[in-house]
Amino acid sequence: MAMTITEKILAAHAGKEEVRPGEIVQVRPDLLMTNDVSGPIAVDVFRSMGADHVFDRDRIFIVLDHFTPNKDMKAAKASSEMREFAKEHNITHFYDAGFGIEHVILPESGLIRPGDLVIGADSHTVTYGGLGAFSTGVGSTDLAGAMALGEIWLKVPETIRFEFVGKPGRWIGGKDLILLAIGKVGVSGALYCAMEFGGEAVRSLGVDDRLTMCNMAIEAGAKSGIVEPDSTTIEWLRAAAGVAGAGSLPLLRSDEGCNYKAVITLDVTDMEPQVAAPHLPSNVKSVSELKDVDIHQVVIGSCTNGRISDLRTAAAILKGRRVNKWVRTIVIPGSQQVYKQALAEGLIDVFVEAGAVVSCSTCGPCFGGHMGALDAGERCVSTTNRNFVGRMGHETSEVYLSGPQVAAASAIAGHIAHPEEV
Amino acid sequence: MQISGRAWKFGDDIDTDLIIPGHYLSVHDPAELGKHCMEGADPAFASKVQEGDVIVAGRNFGCGSSREHAPLALKSCGVEAVIACSFARIFFRNAINIGLLVYECEDAYLNTNPGDVITIDPELGIIRDVTTGAEFKAATYPPLVAGIIQAGGLVPYVRAKLGN
Ligand code: SF4
Repeated sequence: MAMTITEKILAAHAGKEEVRPGEIVQVRPDLLMTNDVSGPIAVDVFRSMGADHVFDRDRIFIVLDHFTPNKDMKAAKASSEMREFAKEHNITHFYDAGFGIEHVILPESGLIRPGDLVIGADSHTVTYGGLGAFSTGVGSTDLAGAMALGEIWLKVPETIRFEFVGKPGRWIGGKDLILLAIGKVGVSGALYCAMEFGGEAVRSLGVDDRLTMCNMAIEAGAKSGIVEPDSTTIEWLRAAAGVAGAGSLPLLRSDEGCNYKAVITLDVTDMEPQVAAPHLPSNVKSVSELKDVDIHQVVIGSCTNGRISDLRTAAAILKGRRVNKWVRTIVIPGSQQVYKQALAEGLIDVFVEAGAVVSCSTCGPCFGGHMGALDAGERCVSTTNRNFVGRMGHETSEVYLSGPQVAAASAIAGHIAHPEEV
Repeated sequence: MQISGRAWKFGDDIDTDLIIPGHYLSVHDPAELGKHCMEGADPAFASKVQEGDVIVAGRNFGCGSSREHAPLALKSCGVEAVIACSFARIFFRNAINIGLLVYECEDAYLNTNPGDVITIDPELGIIRDVTTGAEFKAATYPPLVAGIIQAGGLVPYVRAKLGN
């Protein structure tokens, strides 16, 4: 039977020849992940399940990134609970403050390979589809059960194929493509489905941009996002993630004649950078439609756009310029590895000289957690992934989602701007 | 066990930031979370809702983050069940796992009014609007999911599997 790449990965992890959409399967994940928000609940639940050991201490990532370095005493307590659990169970991959955001660290670790299955107690676990893995988010209780049993049930999703045709222009990145797709289908347009991104425009993108695209699959309600792995994936795994034998990894693809729920074709020729206006990621407009919107803050970072190529894009625009006097500009490298690379390339100098604040790697303002909270009525252009009411602070504040190119240009202009404008 | 309570109606795409804003996430005490439940959609909700009440909502209820704080907050402030046209999948799993009842039923959304008294037969998925006399049938759960519900949530389910 012809299968999609998603069906193939689920079948392999369920120990079956084939699976069909709608079928419920028990799978054994390659990796599990939790953090300082979902983790403390997962730990409590794990104990109340009567579990005394984790299924495999080498396959669990615990990343403290949301409120770290600890924002306040409550956050400090949550982090302590996770540290204790990590010590008690001798968790190999425990990453405290000083490492970075989970969805940036995990791909860099080299431990996620094409065809893997990853379950994380965070909705943006979908990110790893950018490497050709199946990955999806669950809540704390599910994660606790998986830590205890080493298995979890999943419903095999239907797949919607997004075919991006045409050659993306100079200012177009993965963020613009995914916003275009979410704008097209809406925030529940891919509910319970796998979004498979393909076509020449996606193949021309680097892995950083593919991770950005899959990161936001959840914003269309999807269970997962995926890009079929290719030579770009292999090269990235070798160079950026230090996977020595990357060249010999099998590359799964969707079969000819596989069963898609729908195939949606999107032409990127001549498209403008995209911006999602408040208060839904599907409220997408071309940047020029919003150019009169004055702003108070810019955030460049997060698990969506905090990777090295994002910082390069922003620095290319900010180089030799100053950010607008009335726009606080916060730049957050997604991980310590990204930070180091940005230092080596002189990007951090560019940001500091432009008048931006460069922070340690953390989720911080992305979810209104700490640093960069917005006051009543303030507007922010942010490279993050959600612009729900109150996401970054006061319930009357507004978040506009964009790629790093629009964010950097807007920081200089003081209003939403196309990079050509500055 | 029969559920009976008043209906609180909400529209489409009620996201987890509306249910419990991000800045409360450093806490996971259900009682504390319950005090801020639905704050983003209706700041007075937590003070008005009564034990046993039911939320009736449109499409994609619980979209956004994986925070289990969202169903915990709802359960802790007294909400017994959520009926919606559809749910975001992580919210749906979380609710089942912690024992907050969730029912997919578009008819109930289209044909009930705020404040109506709603009863639910959880075994059969039969929803009744006592105020208007109308009756609706919710979608049934797959057997594995029904098993988790019957066990009383994922904690007792896993306990049993581990032989505890
Ligand atoms: S950066 Fe934002 S979206 Fe990503 S994991 Fe952190 S809080 Fe979640």
